[in-house]
Amino acid sequence: MTTSFKTSVDSGSRAMIVRRRLKRGVVTAVVIAIYVWSARGIGFNVVDILRELPLFFSLLGRMLPPNWSFGLRILPAVIETIQIAILATAIGAVFSVPITLLAAGNVNGNRPLYLVAKAFMNLIRTIPELLYASILVAGIGLGAFAGMIALVIFSTGVIAKLTSESLEAVDTGPFEAIHAVGGNKLELIRMAVIPQILPSFSGYTLYVFEINIRASTVLGLVGAGGIGTVLRTSLDLFRYQNAATTILVTFLLVAVIDFVSTKLRERLI
Amino acid sequence: MTAPGNGRAPTDRILRIIRVVGNVLIILIVVAWSGRGVKVDIQRLGRGLGTIGRIIGAMFPPSTEHFGRAVAAMVESIQIAIVGTTVAAVLTLPVSFLAAKNLGAPNAVVWLVKQFLNAIRAFPELVFGIFFVASYGPGPLAGVMAIGVNSVGMLGKLNAEIVENIDRGPIEALEAAGANRIEVFVYAILPQVIPEFVATALYRFELNLRNATVLGLVGAGGIGVILLQSLQFRRWPVVGMALLIVVVAVTVVDYSSAYLRKRIN
Repeated sequence: MTTSFKTSVDSGSRAMIVRRRLKRGVVTAVVIAIYVWSARGIGFNVVDILRELPLFFSLLGRMLPPNWSFGLRILPAVIETIQIAILATAIGAVFSVPITLLAAGNVNGNRPLYLVAKAFMNLIRTIPELLYASILVAGIGLGAFAGMIALVIFSTGVIAKLTSESLEAVDTGPFEAIHAVGGNKLELIRMAVIPQILPSFSGYTLYVFEINIRASTVLGLVGAGGIGTVLRTSLDLFRYQNAATTILVTFLLVAVIDFVSTKLRERLI
Repeated sequence: MTAPGNGRAPTDRILRIIRVVGNVLIILIVVAWSGRGVKVDIQRLGRGLGTIGRIIGAMFPPSTEHFGRAVAAMVESIQIAIVGTTVAAVLTLPVSFLAAKNLGAPNAVVWLVKQFLNAIRAFPELVFGIFFVASYGPGPLAGVMAIGVNSVGMLGKLNAEIVENIDRGPIEALEAAGANRIEVFVYAILPQVIPEFVATALYRFELNLRNATVLGLVGAGGIGVILLQSLQFRRWPVVGMALLIVVVAVTVVDYSSAYLRKRIN
């Protein structure tokens, strides 16, 4: 009796081990198949990679030493980068307000409109900022304005997404109280929604500002203004030492903005 | 339901109002300064938004005759992201352990590797793209290398944090049983970190797919190349088709990758 019990456990656990090994084997085979398919599709092979690698490093090496005197000349571009980010964040924050309200199920009772707002936010965020920027450069023309609009679209989507999620999680007690005393939608928004959501809305806006600063440094690579324009020109003219200075300045700018923005966000919370 | 400020001294309320007004004023001044710098006023903004409307209108209906070409280019972008992320995961493997403080690497080495990772993260991906296109020629290989090298910065940082948070129990058990360093590494450390390494790589893959669509704008293969060409000639229906494919592909991959990450955790 005890022996038969023991063997049945053993065979059971053995079957489990076999099943697990089989599953792991299948997963591994699928992963390898996907990898081989991808590598063959784009003609990837290690020999080619290694053959050209010295050229890549020699290009990188030509960036050294950075041309320090170039640092001051790019100050206007640095300022433009900051201005693009500030403006895009501010306008995006304004645009995000109606979408936030529509995309919060506890404020907007109209189900179809709610779903449209949610879908719109997700749609906006699937397209990278730089694609927006290059499309707008083609449509509006070269320069900071196209880049700024690209970041507005992106910021609107992200701020609305994050804020509407916070809004859906707030205390609905005040909502019911305002309904009970006969308040209308606008009064509900002013008295119950805004006071509860303002801190997280401001926090997300600052967070998006940090993202926008980063994005705004590379907009110029597709012709949409800011310090990336200087970087693109330096690279196109093979002035790699100037490019190195530009990258270092960009790095410094991002670090400073992150620091300031983090401090501000800490004060909000 | 007392309004905030009720029941406090009136000077408190006045101070609060002054602070709010002050903050709003500062924000308005900064925004106005930026608006002048970028040369944006309400009129131009209105016209810009009108242009967006016209562009979107021009994209519809998306060009169906370029559907096949756009799908093929998107597949190439996905392949670039897959191979690039894999290259990055392989390159990151040794770095992850060298950048972790708890595995006996000398402090100077840990510090140096961490700074190296920071430097890579600070480098814009498109610049890597431009350099790799310059050295490898235009095409997907340049994209793979740009993604592969640039992802090392973030993956190395995240993976080092995973290594630093491992459970020391299994290590001590194996050491007590007389295992050597290689055995400890293979049987106590690797099994703990590999599933989490895979999860971070999948997360990075989601970001890399977006990057792979953009890298084509500097000639590094994928759907960005189609966008670049059709934008040069303002062929909006082709742009529309390419964007449509990007949206669908990114959405599908995001959901599948998020599902896989959940399964691993």
